[in-house]
Amino acid sequence: MDREPCISVRLFSDPKLLSPIRAFVDGLSKSIGFSEKSRGLLSLAVDEALANVIRHGYSERTDGLIWLNIWRLHEPAGLRIVLEDLGRSVDPTLIKGRNLADVRPGGLGVHIIKETMTESKWEMRPGGGMRLTLVKLLAPEERENSSPTQSENCTP
Amino acid sequence: MTRELTVDLTSVAGAAVLRPGGDIDMSCAPAVRKAVANIMRDRPERLIIDLSAVAYMDSSGIATLVEALQQSMRNKIKLVLVGVTPQVHSAFEITKLVSMFTIVATLKDASNA
Repeated sequence: MDREPCISVRLFSDPKLLSPIRAFVDGLSKSIGFSEKSRGLLSLAVDEALANVIRHGYSERTDGLIWLNIWRLHEPAGLRIVLEDLGRSVDPTLIKGRNLADVRPGGLGVHIIKETMTESKWEMRPGGGMRLTLVKLLAPEERENSSPTQSENCTP
Repeated sequence: MTRELTVDLTSVAGAAVLRPGGDIDMSCAPAVRKAVANIMRDRPERLIIDLSAVAYMDSSGIATLVEALQQSMRNKIKLVLVGVTPQVHSAFEITKLVSMFTIVATLKDASNA
């Protein structure tokens, strides 16, 4: 990523912050032109990603740091969202959505993220913790609503 | 825009009706789980979970409902979901759980499902 993000947010690993972050992601993605359904899925994926960091990375501690950086993408248009934390690192090859035929509670977050995002990639951060990169591209019918003004604001 | 969770419990034609309101995410799914567990202890014949006032549900909420379904099957309690909003339905679709639940449109339907 060679450009500065459009938006950088630093937050604590407190589940009470999930709701305002969802509202923020929904508002941002609306301004870019995502449909209501896409916005809901995008907010859901970010919520699941943050919940996984809180639950597994920080073992439900509420004072862990999480960085949320967002870039607007052009050609193809969309959003790149990068979440970083300083919690427990895990081998990314072990992060898998579970078999949905096995009906039981839990383990659905990774499946939801992979299913709703165009791309999702987990990495171990060199300084500790994890980095998750999420990409969601606008669907062809959504590109008509895409705002070029926003695009200029995001390109330094 | 935080939507605080509320959980109301009523009874309709002998069925227990649980009506959560607000967003069900990691921060408040435990309250719904606790409410479901309390109802299960009373062993009603039918538990109707009215989701019409739930605008948002993540995998914590879905896991809570899967748990409720498993408990209801063990205890021979009929579990019916009613008033599933579009966002919640999307979450069920993504997790391919739609067919696992009895989902109906109205409370009247839920009493007969």
